[in-house]
Amino acid sequence: MVAFDEMTGTEGDVRQAYTALDRWLKEAPPEMLALRRSQAELFFRRIGITFAVYGDEESTERLIPFDIIPRVLTKPEWTKLEAGLRQRVTALNMFLADVYGPRECIKAGIIPADLVYRNACYQLEMVDFQVPHGIYCHIAGIDIVRVDADTFYVLEDNARTPSGVSYMMENREVMLRLFPELFATHRVAPVDNYPDQLLATLRSVAPRSSPADPNICLLTPGQYNSAFYEHSFLADKLGVELVEGSDLLVKDDVVYMRTTQGPKRVDVIYRRIDDDFIDPLVFRSDSVLGVPGLIGAYKAGNVTLANAVGTGVADDKAVYSYMPEIVKFFTGEDPILKNVPTFRCREPEANAYVLDNLEQLVVKEVNGSGGYGMLVGPHANKAQLETFRRKLKAQPEGFIAQPTLALSTCPTFVASGVAPRHVDLRPYVLSGANGISCVPGGLTRVALKEGSLVVNSSQGGGTKDTWVLDA
Amino acid sequence: MRIRISHAISYVYAEPARHITQILRLTPRDHDGQHVMSWRIEPTIDGRLRATQDPFGNIVHTFSADGPIADMAIQVEGLIETTDLAGIVRGVTERVPVEVFRRDTLLTMPDAALAAFAEDVTRAAETPLSKMHALMEALHETLPCIETGQRTGLGAAAAFAAGESIPQDMAHVFMTCARHLDVAARYVSGYVAQSDTLPHANGAHAWAEVHLDDYGWIGFDPANGLCPIDTHVRVAAGLDFADAAPVRGARKGGDGEALAVRVSARNADGRAANQ
Repeated sequence: MVAFDEMTGTEGDVRQAYTALDRWLKEAPPEMLALRRSQAELFFRRIGITFAVYGDEESTERLIPFDIIPRVLTKPEWTKLEAGLRQRVTALNMFLADVYGPRECIKAGIIPADLVYRNACYQLEMVDFQVPHGIYCHIAGIDIVRVDADTFYVLEDNARTPSGVSYMMENREVMLRLFPELFATHRVAPVDNYPDQLLATLRSVAPRSSPADPNICLLTPGQYNSAFYEHSFLADKLGVELVEGSDLLVKDDVVYMRTTQGPKRVDVIYRRIDDDFIDPLVFRSDSVLGVPGLIGAYKAGNVTLANAVGTGVADDKAVYSYMPEIVKFFTGEDPILKNVPTFRCREPEANAYVLDNLEQLVVKEVNGSGGYGMLVGPHANKAQLETFRRKLKAQPEGFIAQPTLALSTCPTFVASGVAPRHVDLRPYVLSGANGISCVPGGLTRVALKEGSLVVNSSQGGGTKDTWVLDA
Repeated sequence: MRIRISHAISYVYAEPARHITQILRLTPRDHDGQHVMSWRIEPTIDGRLRATQDPFGNIVHTFSADGPIADMAIQVEGLIETTDLAGIVRGVTERVPVEVFRRDTLLTMPDAALAAFAEDVTRAAETPLSKMHALMEALHETLPCIETGQRTGLGAAAAFAAGESIPQDMAHVFMTCARHLDVAARYVSGYVAQSDTLPHANGAHAWAEVHLDDYGWIGFDPANGLCPIDTHVRVAAGLDFADAAPVRGARKGGDGEALAVRVSARNADGRAANQ
């Protein structure tokens, strides 16, 4: 399977977006690249940007490997992508408003009822509840892969608490320091206005009863969470308080933040705690991370949660397979971004095909994330294939399967020099009462192992700076 | 039957609590088989008590109070008129689609043992209704039920593996098996009036309801081995115990909590009252 290389295409001719970068790479001595890479690592260590790997006892905190060669997208490529992202996120929000409201898409047979109703992420507390300004998914991370010059697929929607945006920003920051000469020869669209856009989005969705200058805070599960660095980074950039559950209290359905000047009313919470843990009085009672009474305050209309409770029903991998129909149903338009062809193992015929062709397919748990609980058929050994065969027979509805895609590659600086490695892209899309916004680019993740298709940082992936050329 | 219910839930804290919030599902609603004649719910300390409804249509009181609180109690008194409808549940406010009750939850996760049990004991039964009866009877005979309070809930699979169960987990086991057989099932908390024949009576209790196409919702009480009759007072329902628990609470401070529950549910018909 020959992958499309974003620098050299499939024929080996350097594509227009990469001409300047190619020239620079050819002139750059390997020692210089190695030096810059070690400087980059030093920067990241000094910033303290780390993430935790669950199930890894030896080192709970690691640096995500950073690749110093940027990934370049042209303005026309991005313009098309952005239109597709706006359409997709619009549809996601309309879908959520519908399944928690009139349920038209279920009545119309667009999506099977049991996929929604039996889904543990379909939060009954949200049924018939009007969320502030009608927006559910304020911050979405849409994972995109590319297979040729013109074709981008959505691999996965992340509508709960998508992470990684701090890497997008830090990567740019580090690149600006390491390679000022490259920014002199390329007109790269900036990403540093993301916090401003996020703040504007959060302010726009404050409850109508709140003051003109709403009090916003970022709720984190705490320092043991894998994305804690990002939580503190974003709170700092937004200029809002970083709080844990124990810093908030609810009285008479109003949320307050403990401060040295006494309790201060909170209007909007950018929460990075999952639904299940956010309020022990309503969801898991053993949660010590959440805020007792928060859901009561939310439902009384006194506070906005971003994202809303219950958005997980929209990014479930089984629901994903219906997204093209969902986009069409709610927007009345053909989807601009394609879905990866997906086999729903819940359908007996599809499951039979998947079982017969396991070696060629990627199998994913419907409710998994972060590359956990996933089988990459072509790279799996016999035992792994057998395990998944058993799982697929025992609980077919828990899985989907997709063909192994030839993900595009980008030039990457590895031990042997500059070599192509597979990449994906996670742009961040913000939805507020003020409209939809999306900073150009997003987070590019790269599978550093030769031939590997798994880009997740928990599975040995790295990141790159993503450039959208203004001209 | 008229049933007089008295339920007191008391807390004593070794170290006074600074703040308490409780979610109370302690208030029954009318349906075809029961009429609430009077009902009162009263905390013994000052605080804020506000009534709402949850997604299942249960009446929920949120009680919150500021400390220092050394001890407190929630007292419930009421009188209910019930009719024997042989387990059929009608006239209940239904707010979520039936399909929701086919979901697996934390406390009703199926495992191989439960799946095998459900299939084995219902194999001979022909209709969905007779399957549910077969399931209830088999469960009632196979899994000894001990009183609530002797042990905390474990969830269906663990309780079944433990070989004995409290009524709450009896309901979970029954629901898990029913869902495995593709029947929608829900958890019910309530009271059972004093009885000479029922092993689990004169107190708070838990059972299950299943939804069958020809009948709607029907109650099954595996701990007592029968479908609810006029001894049963239905208070709250949900996907499992967590949705219908009489009390869910959170507090600041208040270490060393000691809980005491006193509950009675007695026949208050004229004849019985004169005895």
